[in-house]
Order: sequence, then C-alpha cells, then structure tokens
Amino acid sequence: MAIVTLTIDGEQLSAQDNESLLEIARQHKIEIPTLCHLDGLSDVGACRLCLLEIEGSNKLAPACTTRPMEGMVVHTNTEKLKKYRRMIVALLASEGNHQCSVCMVNNHCELQNLAYDTGLLYVRVPYLYPNKVTDASHESFIIDRDRCVLCTRCVRVCHEVEGAHVWDIAGRGIDCTIVADLNVPWGSAESCTSCGKCVLVCPTGALVKKGESVAEMEKHTDFLKYIVTARRKGEWISIENEEE
Amino acid sequence: MKPKVATIWLGGCSGCHMSFLDLDERLIDLADKIDLVYSPIADVKEFPRDVDVTLVEGAIASFEHEELARLIRRNSRFVVSFGDCAVTGNVTAMRNSLDLDDVLHRSYVELADTTPRVPRDYPTIAELMKQARPLHEYITVDAFIHGCPPTADQIWSAVTELLAGKKPELTHVFLRYG
Repeated sequence: MAIVTLTIDGEQLSAQDNESLLEIARQHKIEIPTLCHLDGLSDVGACRLCLLEIEGSNKLAPACTTRPMEGMVVHTNTEKLKKYRRMIVALLASEGNHQCSVCMVNNHCELQNLAYDTGLLYVRVPYLYPNKVTDASHESFIIDRDRCVLCTRCVRVCHEVEGAHVWDIAGRGIDCTIVADLNVPWGSAESCTSCGKCVLVCPTGALVKKGESVAEMEKHTDFLKYIVTARRKGEWISIENEEE
Repeated sequence: MKPKVATIWLGGCSGCHMSFLDLDERLIDLADKIDLVYSPIADVKEFPRDVDVTLVEGAIASFEHEELARLIRRNSRFVVSFGDCAVTGNVTAMRNSLDLDDVLHRSYVELADTTPRVPRDYPTIAELMKQARPLHEYITVDAFIHGCPPTADQIWSAVTELLAGKKPELTHVFLRYG
C-alpha cells in the first residue's frame, strides 16, 4: 500500500493506492452515481454508471473498480459522462418491463432515482418489452425478472455475506438472467436459507417480499454495515481491516 | 384570441384526465384563458385544425390511435405526452410480451361474466396492434408530463407554462415516473 496524489474534478487529493476511485471521491464528498455498487459488497463494474474520464486515456473507466495512480487527473461529471449515464439508464429501462406505477418499490427505487438524477425525460431507443419469467415459488419472496437490471447485488450478497450462493447469472448478452441454483424454481433451491438479504439489496422491484402492495415496499441496505466488518476487493473480511 | 387547447384519450385508463379534473377550482381560471376545442369532456366529434396545445393521454395501442396521433401532429403546434402510458407505454404496454390473441381470449372469454366473445370483426371497434407503444415512437413530441397519473399540480404547472409559450420546466419534482 502506498499513498498517491491525484486530481478529481480539479481538487488535489491524496489517497491510498488500494482504494477505488469511487471510495476516494466519496470520502471527499464528490458524488458519482452508482447502481451495482453497494458498500459492503465486492465491486464488479457491471452497471457502468460510475464511468469517469481519465486524462490521457481514451477509454472511460468505472470508478468502482479503478485504482488511483500517481498524477492521475480524473473528471467525474463532464457533459459526455452525463450523456452516457442518461443513455445507460434509458437502455436499462428499455430492456426490462418497468411499469413503475404498478411496482412494489415505486417511489423507493434506485433506478427511478437515477432516471431523475440523470434527467431521463423519455427513452429514445425502442422498448424491447421482453418476455421474462416471474417466479413466486418461494414461500416468502418473489423474483420479478421484468424489473431486473442485472446489477448482481443479489448474487454477491448471497455468496459473500450469507455464504449460500443461491443466485447466479445464466445466458449471454441480452439473454442474461438471474437463476437460483442450477436454474430451478426459487422455492426448490435447496441452498437458499430464506434469509432475504438479496431482497433487501435489490435496487429495484425485481426481488420483493410477498404480501406487499404497489409502492409499499422500501428497501433498507443499512444492515450490511453491521454484518460486514470490512471489505477489500479480493480480501473478503480481511484481518487487516478488522484491526482498524 | 384565446389559445386553442385539445386533450385526447388514447390507450390509457382516463386516469390522467381524472387528474386533470382534479385541478378543481383552477379549472374555472383555465376556462377563462383557453378555448377547449377537443376533449373527452367536450364532446367534439372531429379533431380540429390549428390547435395550439394538445395533451395526449395513453399509449398507441390500436391502428386508430396511430392515425389519430398523426392527425394530432399535423393539426397541433405543440404535442404533449400526458402521463406515463404516453411516455413509456406503462400499464397499457404490459400485454406487449404476450400474444395478442391470448390476451383477448383471457379478457373477453375466460373472464367474461356474460356473452363471452372476442370483440373482433366489428367495424366500430378499432383493431389492436400487436404491441402498445409510447407516443414518441410514432410522432415528434414536444413535452412530457410524467406520472401515473400526473398530479393536478404537475398538470397545472405544465399547462400554465405551455400557455405562456414555454416548454414546461422539468425539475426533479415534476420528473416522476409511476
């Protein structure tokens, strides 16, 4: 571990080189929108909302999985990034069936909030209206794949925190889908402990509790703070952090 | 001369129009300021020419809707997608991933209390398209009022701005899906 100095949005900062640019920015109250990131889980750079511009690089880099380097000059909120973020939210909206008005997490949804924050007035690309499988076979929960944005928070919380690894992704590209065990109905997934962590960390109405009605369900992710004592990419619950 | 305003109900539940009526006493102010030339609450048969502002509720769900949308565009200076069905397809579009014949059979035969029959081959009933889609996929739309339904305050704010010749200011408060 070493200390590096870098510039984010014109501000000169010093940071540890094993922290992500997202962590560094947030420590300095620089807001970067995220969707697949959740404090307490590993980062996978799946949603691309936290993309940054780094001077000298012609690629955009996700803040959550990029480490700082000495002399790096980073921009978090350029017109180009704003446009791309809005486009990402539009594509997520077009790839699912997100009828907000009839969703259990209406008004408590991270995708909705991103649509507002990025100023998504309407979706320019044609909606795909895919035919996806909703599975209500579990006694307490429902997976509504129409509303899934494939952020994989459920996959990670189940593997990294609960240790059950019920969820995984099957398929390729546009056909990617979240599956329980070896693609069985959730209710017959033997590895599921019914802890409900996946439901709580899901940013949309894709994972919900049974018995809730439209706009009734609020997700709370605070519990992760209490369970997860530390997180470092590749060093899950490291001793080094527990001592801090 | 007062600005000519039209509102039309396409593939929606009329909830947006109900919300429009929720303007309550503000409707009286509005009635002084505008000429309501076409609306489900005005009983005019033909969509008129030279309309200043048209609010369109609902998705484009039938071939008749598509024809009307094109007519509205030709005859209106300013077209507004009024509510989530017009903006995103919303509930009207929930049938889109299903087969249209299955949907009609479910609605008019399986769930019928009396005279189960799919309403087809009646000349007076518009033929549904395979999918219900947002208004802007068919015509150019100038402004969007979000919500299912939009609140009366949202409508009031958008309408007063439109009548002042401005595009409605879409702040966080008024950008609201669902």
